[in-house]
Amino acid sequence: MARLKYRPLNLGRWLVWGGTALLMILLPQILTAGFTLTLLSQIGVGIIFALSYNMLLGQGGMLSFGHAVYSGMGAYFTVHALNLISKGAFYFPVTLTPLIGGVAGAFFGVIFGYVTTKKSGTTFAMISLGIGEMVAACSLMFAGFFGGEAGISTNRVIGEAFLGISYGPSIQVYYLIVGWALICMVAMFAWTQTPLGRMANAVRDNPERAEFVGYDTHMVRFLTLVISGFFAGIAGGLSCINYEIVTAENVGALRSAGVLIATFIGGAGFFFGPIIGSIVFFTMVTAIGSITQAWAFYLGLLFLVIVLYAPGGFASLIAMHVPVIKARLMRRLWLPYSAALATGIALLAGLVSVVEMTYHFSTEAGANPNMKLFGLAFNVTHAAPWAVASALLVGGFIISRFAWNLVGRTWADIVHILQEQSA
Amino acid sequence: MEFFLISMLNSISYGLLLFMLSSGLTIIFSMMGVLNFAHASFYMLGAYFAYQISGWIGFWPALAIAPLLVGAVGMAVERYGLRTVHKFGHVAELLFTFGLAYLIDEAVHLIWGRSSVPYAVPPSLDGAAFTLFSTEYPIYRVFMMAVSISMLIGIYLTLTRSRIGLVIQAALTHPQTVETLGHNVPRVFMLVFGGGSALAGLAGVIGGNAFITEPGMAAAVGPIVFVVVVVGGMGSLVGAFLASLLIGVIQTFSVALDYSFVNLFAKLGITIGPNTPLAALWDLTISQTAPVLPYLLMVLMLIFRPKGILGTREG
Repeated sequence: MARLKYRPLNLGRWLVWGGTALLMILLPQILTAGFTLTLLSQIGVGIIFALSYNMLLGQGGMLSFGHAVYSGMGAYFTVHALNLISKGAFYFPVTLTPLIGGVAGAFFGVIFGYVTTKKSGTTFAMISLGIGEMVAACSLMFAGFFGGEAGISTNRVIGEAFLGISYGPSIQVYYLIVGWALICMVAMFAWTQTPLGRMANAVRDNPERAEFVGYDTHMVRFLTLVISGFFAGIAGGLSCINYEIVTAENVGALRSAGVLIATFIGGAGFFFGPIIGSIVFFTMVTAIGSITQAWAFYLGLLFLVIVLYAPGGFASLIAMHVPVIKARLMRRLWLPYSAALATGIALLAGLVSVVEMTYHFSTEAGANPNMKLFGLAFNVTHAAPWAVASALLVGGFIISRFAWNLVGRTWADIVHILQEQSA
Repeated sequence: MEFFLISMLNSISYGLLLFMLSSGLTIIFSMMGVLNFAHASFYMLGAYFAYQISGWIGFWPALAIAPLLVGAVGMAVERYGLRTVHKFGHVAELLFTFGLAYLIDEAVHLIWGRSSVPYAVPPSLDGAAFTLFSTEYPIYRVFMMAVSISMLIGIYLTLTRSRIGLVIQAALTHPQTVETLGHNVPRVFMLVFGGGSALAGLAGVIGGNAFITEPGMAAAVGPIVFVVVVVGGMGSLVGAFLASLLIGVIQTFSVALDYSFVNLFAKLGITIGPNTPLAALWDLTISQTAPVLPYLLMVLMLIFRPKGILGTREG
């Protein structure tokens, strides 16, 4: 018997998804600078990868240090498939080749997952690290499959163009990535609503109770990992099409660390967290990476600050302010926030100066002691710039503590008012 | 025989070095329940500090000062970092140490550059200690073993004979009771963290010039130390000792052995050609598989004996 159920149209959800789709489609038309298309493609692939990672970390409570294994294997299988297709070994549309990567990712999820998901927590983290290192070490052993140091390159323009789509120009690849990203985002969101997705949350929060209810926690974690591996594999396949080369880096520890950092910065507790995280991560890597060699240091610092002071990531910071805006209390926060911002800028300026000057001093002080920072030219071997920078750093630190105390007090007031309103 | 003896000595000295790292990690783990990702970074810091200090005032003062500095860094990290995230749970602590490892790696890149630094064995320890058959065995290896063993005895005596050692042991299992008895348990934690970091720093001081001091050294040794801790059994010092020696033996011997399945099959009268199925696998020599072996051991261990060699608990 069919169940009749009245469901109102969820307008908000349609607006959010539709807006996201529209934005992703229109962005390359709005931002036309040379590097934006590369950056946007990176972000698109990164979103799929980070969302698949968050299935483990956010939804399943499994902290993985080796997630690049699944995306990397997906990329390798895709690259070999593309090469075989171009040789005419079999026919398969290029548009769908990320699926091959997905299946490969899921396959390795099945192989490694059964062992790794027996336990969660620290044990899972350790084994995932071990497996990641094992695969990375293997990648230099089996040169035939992994291509050794040089990696394996391919050509994504295969066969005749279909409706003018040859994947030659990078704008077409961008739209391919957008299409896959949208499908994967919807699919992964839908997954969180399935019984398995809900059970993953239950197993994350209270594995003992989940077992008492009659669920096999190992099985739930295992299935979560396999599905996560599938989506990671799709991301790997897309990155293979995007770059037309797959190297051992794709399965390496740095890639695993990157997705962890991106996901956590964005916020593992929210579905849209990893999306924000990927945007922030890749924009930082590209934008700051083009200015200074120390970008990884700033990224690590941002990650540590988030871990220490905002463990819910950017997403939780946004979510925190929604009830405040609804209660029209934001005006109370403007003053403390401006104080925090002003002192924060001083602190940041001091920090950046010290880091950049240290870097300049250690690399080329002997050859060229002059450097330029924030539009000022000075000599790093003199004491004066160091005095100014450390004064900014220490002074900024001290006054920003006052500003943050003010923010904290205001927040306590607001929480109090909100509680009274709801009571 | 000669090959065997020399390799055995090398594996013991390497294994002892691993134990200096894994012992600190194990004690910190059993105390705080958190695996310190940045432990290998402290090892690297020890090597770099020693390089810098020995450039100024010589190797022997560096041998004492560098580990103390690393220990101070470790204590600051515990006091101002780990203690703050402790309330968010183990995953947050793990993430914190992971971020710290990343940050220390980058700081080393920024300060000392991306290539290796010339941190050399001091002249007084350069040379051969004794000659075994035809191979001269370097004094420095003997020195490494001596430092590690005296360290080992030092830890053992501190933990079992001294007052602070007894407090530490009690705080491992019954932190609340120890606190009720009037001991400052958070300070004990801080000291243990600093002590573990100082041990890692000492390992860096004597390991940095025996091997190579470069920004990748933390990433190279870190996962191996985790393997040691997991294989030995999380939280077991004796297990970590056995596992360190085991990994030392595996890594030292496997690099030198050039046998593969092809040789084995040849002895059995089967010839393997390039067209045999899985030829790439049968062709691998043991030395080629050397980097994978520790991780393989760890995965096998986790499948068949998740507790580790001498572990008392799973996960």
